[in-house]
Amino acid sequence: MAPLIRLEGLTKRFGETVAADDVTLDILEGELFGLLGASGSGKTTLLRLLGGFETPTAGRVLIDGVDVTALPPYERPTNMVFQSYALFPHMTVAANIAFGLKQARMPKPEADARVEEVMELVKLAELGKRKPSELSGGQRQRVALARALVLRPKVLLLDEPLSALDKKLREHTQFELMRLQRELGITFVIVTHDQDEAMAMCSRIAVMDMGKVIETGTPRAIYERPQCRFVADFIGGANIIDAEPVGPSRVRLPALGVECAVTDSLPAKGWVALRPERISLSHEAPAGGPWPAGQVEAVAFHGDFQLYRVRMDGGVELRVAASNVPGDPKPGERAFLSWPADAPVALSR
Amino acid sequence: MSAATARRRGVLALPWIWLGLFVAAPFVIVLAISLSSAGYGSPPIDFFIGWQNGHPTFNINLDSFELLASDQLYIRGFLNSIAIAGLTTLLCLLVGYPMAYVMARAPARLQPLLVMLVILPFWTSSLIRVYAWIGILKENGLLNGLLLHLGLISQPLVILNTPIAVQIGMVYAYLPFLVLPLYATLQKLDWTLLEAAADLGAKPWSAFFRVTLPLSWPGTLAGALLVFVPASGEYLIPELLGSSTLPMISTVLWTEFFGNRDWPMASLIAVMLLLVLAIPLLFLRGGQATAGRV
Repeated sequence: MAPLIRLEGLTKRFGETVAADDVTLDILEGELFGLLGASGSGKTTLLRLLGGFETPTAGRVLIDGVDVTALPPYERPTNMVFQSYALFPHMTVAANIAFGLKQARMPKPEADARVEEVMELVKLAELGKRKPSELSGGQRQRVALARALVLRPKVLLLDEPLSALDKKLREHTQFELMRLQRELGITFVIVTHDQDEAMAMCSRIAVMDMGKVIETGTPRAIYERPQCRFVADFIGGANIIDAEPVGPSRVRLPALGVECAVTDSLPAKGWVALRPERISLSHEAPAGGPWPAGQVEAVAFHGDFQLYRVRMDGGVELRVAASNVPGDPKPGERAFLSWPADAPVALSR
Repeated sequence: MSAATARRRGVLALPWIWLGLFVAAPFVIVLAISLSSAGYGSPPIDFFIGWQNGHPTFNINLDSFELLASDQLYIRGFLNSIAIAGLTTLLCLLVGYPMAYVMARAPARLQPLLVMLVILPFWTSSLIRVYAWIGILKENGLLNGLLLHLGLISQPLVILNTPIAVQIGMVYAYLPFLVLPLYATLQKLDWTLLEAAADLGAKPWSAFFRVTLPLSWPGTLAGALLVFVPASGEYLIPELLGSSTLPMISTVLWTEFFGNRDWPMASLIAVMLLLVLAIPLLFLRGGQATAGRV
């Protein structure tokens, strides 16, 4: 299947800064695609290049096989939910939603029906006569969503759609967005800095840093098999430990003084990524050792788990996320670390 | 009443005291003069309330009212003033809106400079600036010299002492009063709204008429009033650039006051001018208060 969106060597420079650096990316029809990165990573620039709000310095944007690089926003089959929502303050909710239909000169009865339908869809019925200033944050977000969806775009662009909502509403809205995407079958491209959000919602994620797409994949693939240190660290904050190959799928960890199995063979010196929640902590040395040991430096209670900081005998500090640890190690006490054979992920870059 | 409440009321009373002393009281005096008769004393009026034999006497004189209603001069003066002020407002809008828009969209570091440039002419006396226009517009002035030099005209244009010269001078003098409030409004406009409009299919002009213009309405109205109201009573520019070719209410008022020493008539004209300007303003304010409640 040909991709719905294709970015080819897309580059955007603002003076000295390169906000998008030679990005090549395919997004398939019906995906809920996430652009994930820290602030300044270029994810919003990429979204704005897709929407037509920025002109690329180099490269092309194709949507449904059509080169839209030179097209202004009003001629693109995309619609955007802005981070600030950008609702028109002088118009009612219904007029906001009908804005695009009126612009397209749709006959009023038909437009009214469409507006009503989409307000039903995002659960805004009864609020049509209000002004944006009379709405809650969650309601405003739904108006912004309805205003874009009513035009039935090929692609819906969402710029940090949940960032202005409080935590409880955020989770609810996540599910709402996923439901809408499934029901409408519209391709969503969503920008977020929140990796949990991206993991929870997206069918695929592109992790961005310094204007480049570092890695693309399903949330599971990116989480379980990151390809590089940046992604391993950015997603879920894995422990990154120096490693040197000692055989097929086996490495030595000099800093910990142990050998262990890894997912892939390392061709040369590299690293392993070890997720905090895959490490077990115990007072007694577990079987199958030797296992590294260290001194617990701090314990932070997170509700469903505790986060331990352990200073290993070799000097490095590792993070361990565990619940119900036998013996409940306290700061200052010694503990052994162990992990299942498939936990360490080999990283060569 | 606590000291804080008293202090607060004192502060709130200040603008009212100001208005009372410098607006309401002079207005009442002018109104009183308009009801009196012209006299030969100094000031040249016989006040309509007098005191004779221990009784107050009233001698209200309504001659000025009759004259104002019957003599075409005054009505024409009013109409000319309103027409010129209206045209000035319109032209200022046509020139000033794009100016304010460009200023508001200019890079943030340039904006203080641009505002400065708009205000800069105020640092020279307006009298001198109007005189300067005489030098530009007169028959052997700068403008005609330039146009002749460029070969665009073969005969010097007669501009000075025509309504066109008055209009040019008025637009020049009042432009900043429109640009500044409009700039202040446009500067606060969230430009993301225009991106949103474009995203929803609006071409730039359409986005302007559906988003920018309605949202800048308060500033546009404020600017237009700041031009229209003082322009209606403008004396200096029509006198210097128009040489009274066209009777304006301000020049009529001047003649009544200094030429004819008819203070009651001059006062009546002043009162009428105020009413003509204030009544529509009150309606506008009412409309704006309604519109503001959104």
